[in-house]
Amino acid sequence: MSSAVQVREQGADVERPLLEIKDLAINFRTSNGDVNAVRNAHLTVMPGETVAIVGESGSGKSTTALAAIGLLPTNGRVAGGQILFDGEDISNASEKRMIELRGSHIGMVPQDPMSNLNPVWKIGFQVRETLKANGLPSGPDDVANVLSQAGLPDAGRRAKQYPHEFSGGMRQRALIAIGLSCQPRLLIADEPTSALDVTVQRQILDHLETMTTELGTAVLLITHDLGLAAERADKVVVMYRGQVVEAGPSLELLRNPRHPYTQRLVSSAPSLASRRIQVAKEQGVESSDLLAPTEPVVVEEALPEDVLKVQDLTKVFKLRGALGKSTDFTAVDNVSFSVKRGTTTAIVGESGSGKSTVAQMVLNLLTPTSGKIVFDGVDTSTLNSKQLFGFRRRVQPIFQDPYGSLDPMYNIFRTIEEPLRTHKVGNKASREKKVRELLDQVALPQSAMQRYPNELSGGQRQRVAIARALALDPEVIICDEAVSALDVLVQAQVLNLLADLQSNLGLTYLFITHDLAVVRQIADHVCVMEKGKLVETGSTDDVFDSPQQDYTKALLNAIPGAQLMLPPEVA
Amino acid sequence: MAWYILRRFLQLVPVFLGATLLVYFLVFSLPGDPIVALFGDKPVNEAVAAQLRAQYNLDQPFWIQYLLYLKSIFTFDLGLDFTGREIATVLGEVFPVTARLAVMALIFEAVFGIVFGLIAGLRKGKLFDATVLVASLIVIGIPIFVLGFLLQFFIGVQLGWAKPTVSSAATVQDLILPAMVLGLGSFAYVLRLTRTSVIENMSADYVRTATAKGLSRGRVVRVHILRNSLIPVVTFLGADLGSLMGGAIVTEGIFNVPGVGNRLYRAVTSGEGPTVVSIVTVLVLIYCVSNLLVDLLYAWLDPRIRYDS
Amino acid sequence: MTPENNATVRGTAVRRPIEHFVADFDETPLHATDKVKEDHVPLSLWGEAWRNLRRQPLFLLSAFLIFVVIVVCLFPGLFSQIDPTSEACQLANSDGVPAGGHPLGYTQQGCDVFARVIYGTRSSVTVGLFTTIGVVIFGGIMGALAGYYGGWVDAVLARINDIFFALPLILGAIVMMQLPVFRTNRNVWSLVLILIIFGWPQISRITRGAVIEVRNADFVTAARSLGVSRFRSLMRHVLPNSLAPIIVVATISLGTFIVAESTLSFLGIGLPPSVMSWGNDIQSAQASLRSNPMPLIYPAIALSITVLSFIMLGDALRDALDPKARKR
Repeated sequence: MSSAVQVREQGADVERPLLEIKDLAINFRTSNGDVNAVRNAHLTVMPGETVAIVGESGSGKSTTALAAIGLLPTNGRVAGGQILFDGEDISNASEKRMIELRGSHIGMVPQDPMSNLNPVWKIGFQVRETLKANGLPSGPDDVANVLSQAGLPDAGRRAKQYPHEFSGGMRQRALIAIGLSCQPRLLIADEPTSALDVTVQRQILDHLETMTTELGTAVLLITHDLGLAAERADKVVVMYRGQVVEAGPSLELLRNPRHPYTQRLVSSAPSLASRRIQVAKEQGVESSDLLAPTEPVVVEEALPEDVLKVQDLTKVFKLRGALGKSTDFTAVDNVSFSVKRGTTTAIVGESGSGKSTVAQMVLNLLTPTSGKIVFDGVDTSTLNSKQLFGFRRRVQPIFQDPYGSLDPMYNIFRTIEEPLRTHKVGNKASREKKVRELLDQVALPQSAMQRYPNELSGGQRQRVAIARALALDPEVIICDEAVSALDVLVQAQVLNLLADLQSNLGLTYLFITHDLAVVRQIADHVCVMEKGKLVETGSTDDVFDSPQQDYTKALLNAIPGAQLMLPPEVA
Repeated sequence: MAWYILRRFLQLVPVFLGATLLVYFLVFSLPGDPIVALFGDKPVNEAVAAQLRAQYNLDQPFWIQYLLYLKSIFTFDLGLDFTGREIATVLGEVFPVTARLAVMALIFEAVFGIVFGLIAGLRKGKLFDATVLVASLIVIGIPIFVLGFLLQFFIGVQLGWAKPTVSSAATVQDLILPAMVLGLGSFAYVLRLTRTSVIENMSADYVRTATAKGLSRGRVVRVHILRNSLIPVVTFLGADLGSLMGGAIVTEGIFNVPGVGNRLYRAVTSGEGPTVVSIVTVLVLIYCVSNLLVDLLYAWLDPRIRYDS
Repeated sequence: MTPENNATVRGTAVRRPIEHFVADFDETPLHATDKVKEDHVPLSLWGEAWRNLRRQPLFLLSAFLIFVVIVVCLFPGLFSQIDPTSEACQLANSDGVPAGGHPLGYTQQGCDVFARVIYGTRSSVTVGLFTTIGVVIFGGIMGALAGYYGGWVDAVLARINDIFFALPLILGAIVMMQLPVFRTNRNVWSLVLILIIFGWPQISRITRGAVIEVRNADFVTAARSLGVSRFRSLMRHVLPNSLAPIIVVATISLGTFIVAESTLSFLGIGLPPSVMSWGNDIQSAQASLRSNPMPLIYPAIALSITVLSFIMLGDALRDALDPKARKR
């Protein structure tokens, strides 16, 4: 059944909005009094329409959507405005009414597939209770049918398994099956794929789109990714600090953003940066503070030489199995590449590709099973403890999680000073001076010195981590997913900072990431890894413009909104 | 699954051997002669002492003693106590009494602890929750022998609601008050554990998803919140059975229950080494078995364990 | 089908104009991205925990009670000048009712109950305090080594831990206190030693868990790749970050060890009768419980309040130090 037929069948209701949010205000009770999480929010979802709410973390996008299904956290409440579902105000509806609406009229697909299925019940049980609660037939065949419609192969057998026997993508399919099982008229999809690898993400979103189009379900899609929103939705609503700042047809919004925040967001969206520069230049959009130079800055005296050479690197982990038997798991399989001084090399891959294991071995935190790593002409496995201490000075890491990589007990000064003290550099006064310089370099105010990590935001902590990595004037910095946890705008700032530091200090980066858009923005060379093997390597432009391997092509195709970000005449 | 249980079983073997060895060592090999101590203030009769030493293999080297002891455990030939009765017979009399007492205490703490903990958790921050929390702290804070005396005095003596002391038959009715006293401390702990676990699960993502599916509140609480919250509680209860049996000394003393604790206490104060070692060994065995049961329960409750090999 | 086509198809199917809305710039001003907040003084984690603690009535109450107990412990003379030792008691006063200067009456031996409660504080608290110190040092070291080094060190220490877990505190202590060597040297210190021997596994297990959690944190890896040695990162990064649960459990254990002391004394195998302690007093008052319950009730109340205040303090600390409650 096509959506057009579905819409016509509903006859007179076609032009009445399915969901209308008017002047919505949501407050959270906290120990420091009420906090305004959402103000003056308004949006409309017509029957069968897909609307995306885009915003960074803390913008109120999820809160707004959860209010529409009556699932605000216990300390949150609707403080004003209306939520009209099919003409009925449900902002203060009774719990009984909400239970009637949930499932059969309003469905939900949550964000994290790992935590949203109850680990102690079989998948089939969790589907069946949904059908049962909403008065639908719930025999084994009905359950299997629901699961197979969500694209789960061998659904009858799968229904008898527990969530931990499913991969992330399969769990998300099960959650989509549950969300759509009672054929609701509105589906709230809260970042439904942000926890998944890009290629899986694309498959799942495609499938979700097919299903909702067939059923004529309206979708309220919550996402942080502007490209994804524009690609999937008819209409995009941009939220910023609890308010709706701009709303409109997705392509129109992307090509002609009018609110300054949307403009910022569009120009920082990491999808396909180099093309974006051209477009921005043509349109005269001010973008100097957003973009990193993509061309490497070659340091004057040093001709590009291989500062780091990885040869036939292999890492095999022994997994302890049943009855004391151990099975071998090859995390990294015969990987070779080299990194030229003063350039950025990116290792790209999805989860389980072995990219982080490579980083650990390069950092000499993990011993390779075979193969070698040559740093500045010396095989790092031959270093004695004193030489290793010297090596540590020259190769520094920056980690992904800005919450986990700083000791919460150390203030910022002690954090940045620690490497200097460990290597006995200078005296107290000179170390303090150096810390101040480093804070300047990463654009943090000196007043931050006495603060503790828990008082800083994610981006600021990542700056502190960069300052700590720079303290010993290293030559190579290994960035392990260093910007993945950050919001788009902050991510752009940090990438910009890294690029500036590279051109000023002649640093070499080995950048480990799953995000191809970031790679395009920052890297000179790319190594693509899949299941422990290196599948493709080359200059960034070559790999992006003419990928040789199917896997690389699939990865590139999966970048959300890639095609949409092109100016109309190119697309 | 089978491998998981086998592994847990193999881990318990060194625990059993180590704990019995430790107790055996403490009782028979530390400075001071247990046989001499037996005579108390009376002059030592060397002939009798030598005979006793031979009877308990105390004239052998320590390792031989221990191995002979292990052999006697597994053949149920525990020898005689100092009054001339078979230790195995004595154990057969006292262990059922204490087992009855401990199981009653366990039922008491499980039922009341889970019910109160669940209600408190669901009403976090409300009056009921606050009251129950303070009450449970007070119960944990007051030593068991004080509580025992107070309850014996007020409920047993003053009000006459229950028997203040236990007859030699130690019937279920006799044991109601002692079982309550024995289970009170763990009751407060079960209550708090259930409450914490319920609060944690209430904010779990899958509970929100279950609500979003359109399930009724009652079903969300029963099937998703309570079911998952019981995992740590049930494992605690399983492990507590062993502790209750080993920890019944004080309660049995107050209410004069003819159980393991009473017999152990008499054996300890009169210096009957073999009886002490036998009783402690059986207690350690119960501890090990109940731990194995906990592992089984855990695997049954949490499918993630079942398939983790 | 490209996504753009797809969108167009959907557009035609629904055929509905979408308005382009832009919020008033004045009402939605842009803020600088990621600015450091400078509107409050820097606050360490301990500082923050202290600020949370100060607002908890449970903490204030328990801290006040513990303060009183410590003062009584150090300067019992401030509260009662009556000599409570058995030699000074007069049988003429046996089971006497409260009278001027003797607010709680007399025991069966004719001793002043109030004075005995006051002077009995010291031995109970001493045993609790020193046992806790010993247990934290010994159990903490064992747990930290097992958790941090893992592998066979962990496997061996975990089994030793299990062996001691199989022997409950009171059971083990009863067996040991009756050994000839301890029977002849019964005093506060031998009791402390025995309670440490059977009390360390719990702290060890908690420390091990906390250390394992911190050991894998990125900041420890970062410190190691800065060149900080393994031992130094244990001391400087891992241990300080594992302290919170250890402090909580140690505080609660202090209460538990006071209970253990009084339980053993009550059973007649703890402190010798010559040492004044609540457990001994409760035991000697047991005989006359039905005729004169007061000499049993008052030391029991003192004991319960002391134990309760340590348990309440531990509870308050747990809330204040809870990592989940910390702002990220």
